[in-house]
Amino acid sequence: MGRLWRLAAAGAAAAALAGCATVRSPDPRDPWEPMNRATFEFNDGVDRVVLRPLAEGYRFVLPEPVRIGVRNFFENLRDPWIALNQLLQGKVEEALSDAWRFIANTTFGIGGIFDIATDMRMPKHNEDFGQTLAVWGVDFGPYLVLPILGPSSVRDGAGIAVASQVYLPWQLPKWLDVDHRVAWQNSLTVLDFVQTRANLLDATDLLEQAALDRYAFVRNAYFQRRRNLIYDGDPPPLPPSDARSDFAPGGHATSPAGAPRREPHSVEPKVPTNYAAVLAAGAGRSAAADRSLER
Amino acid sequence: MKRLLEGFVWALAALTGAATAQELAPEALVRMVTQDVIAVVKQDRDIQAGDRKKSIALVEEKVLPHFNFTRMTALAMGVNWRKATPEQQQALVTEFRTLLVRTYSTALSAYRNQVIEVLPPRAKPADTEVVVRSVVKQSGTEPVTIDYFMEKNPDGWKVYDVAVAGVSLVTTYRDTFANEVRNVGVDGLIKALAEKNRQLETKRG
Repeated sequence: MGRLWRLAAAGAAAAALAGCATVRSPDPRDPWEPMNRATFEFNDGVDRVVLRPLAEGYRFVLPEPVRIGVRNFFENLRDPWIALNQLLQGKVEEALSDAWRFIANTTFGIGGIFDIATDMRMPKHNEDFGQTLAVWGVDFGPYLVLPILGPSSVRDGAGIAVASQVYLPWQLPKWLDVDHRVAWQNSLTVLDFVQTRANLLDATDLLEQAALDRYAFVRNAYFQRRRNLIYDGDPPPLPPSDARSDFAPGGHATSPAGAPRREPHSVEPKVPTNYAAVLAAGAGRSAAADRSLER
Repeated sequence: MKRLLEGFVWALAALTGAATAQELAPEALVRMVTQDVIAVVKQDRDIQAGDRKKSIALVEEKVLPHFNFTRMTALAMGVNWRKATPEQQQALVTEFRTLLVRTYSTALSAYRNQVIEVLPPRAKPADTEVVVRSVVKQSGTEPVTIDYFMEKNPDGWKVYDVAVAGVSLVTTYRDTFANEVRNVGVDGLIKALAEKNRQLETKRG
């Protein structure tokens, strides 16, 4: 993983130097837009040349049930970390549910290949360390496009850095006695990236079609998605000062009846307002937001 | 015999209910449209294989009548909406609608037997603006929420924004629209949208 990071960082730096992209949309949440746009371009290039073809091949070769098994396997390995983050956010019930999820799927689900826990009313959750930091009151920090990993922020990137040290397939634990540890680790990491990308093929095709400016589109979606995740899918309505309300046929900042409304657990995160890369990206490994920066 | 009669009465009630979509509660409307569309997609191999003409026709027939595209476009335009002339507004609505229909019909072909559940209402019967929440469930991944922001019109409830996994369509477009207007003006934005639609058209018929 370390090598991958370094390689990616070098590539991004080169792209940033070569690119010097023009800023087309000043956004207070994105002070490093030229650099981010360059990284975005770099990621796009890597995706076009390497990741996407691999993912397409993967999807072409393997039948859907096998791909679901692989996805379940990796998702299962994330569950202990998700459970820990639930706990760190003070959500004991969810933490227990996720811990049981892991146990049930690892045993009865044969190493996580089958997700039987969902049918046992233990649904998959989406938590990460970036969200935990948000609940603790850490600001979103500037928007940051990470090499290879994509949209993030300073806080969420820090979350990813922490997570990558404990996430099993990327970092096989010392007590696990395997030959060729590094080879295993690298293979699993690559497989994880490819299968994640394969799961996102439909979503990125859609993005390609829907967006006029993919960079701005993804950035905005990320802010929204992270905010949604931090509030576990039930964010309070945005303040009426928000752009939504101040024009013509009435915005919906006025929080229509029935709009989700709930106090965040325990601490009111100072920040929350962010969102995810690709819509419905199950790969919740990135993170959060900031009301003060919100428009 | 009594049961048969009861069944008949229920069927009649259901029929008349479906006939007057404007009287349906918003949740019921969302449920009905969702079920209708899924039923067609499940049977139609052409749509599953990505036949765009067929899926666009399906969306135009079943889904479009329940959207208020004017409000949707106005929301996405934000403050710039008032700066546009009525002709420009009309053009914007047309192009934006085309783009959304195309995108949505592509999404249909990605449908793979997920279960879509419309959540019970939280709104009061007297409300004229509601959010209808639904959840797409699929084994192995977290459920994805789809929220429909709806308003009550004389001819029934209309959707004016959709949020997938908390990401609002209207809000997501807002940045892009604002940038385009700032850089190339309203006409430039209309041109960009039209160009995008043309590209999509020629790309995959």
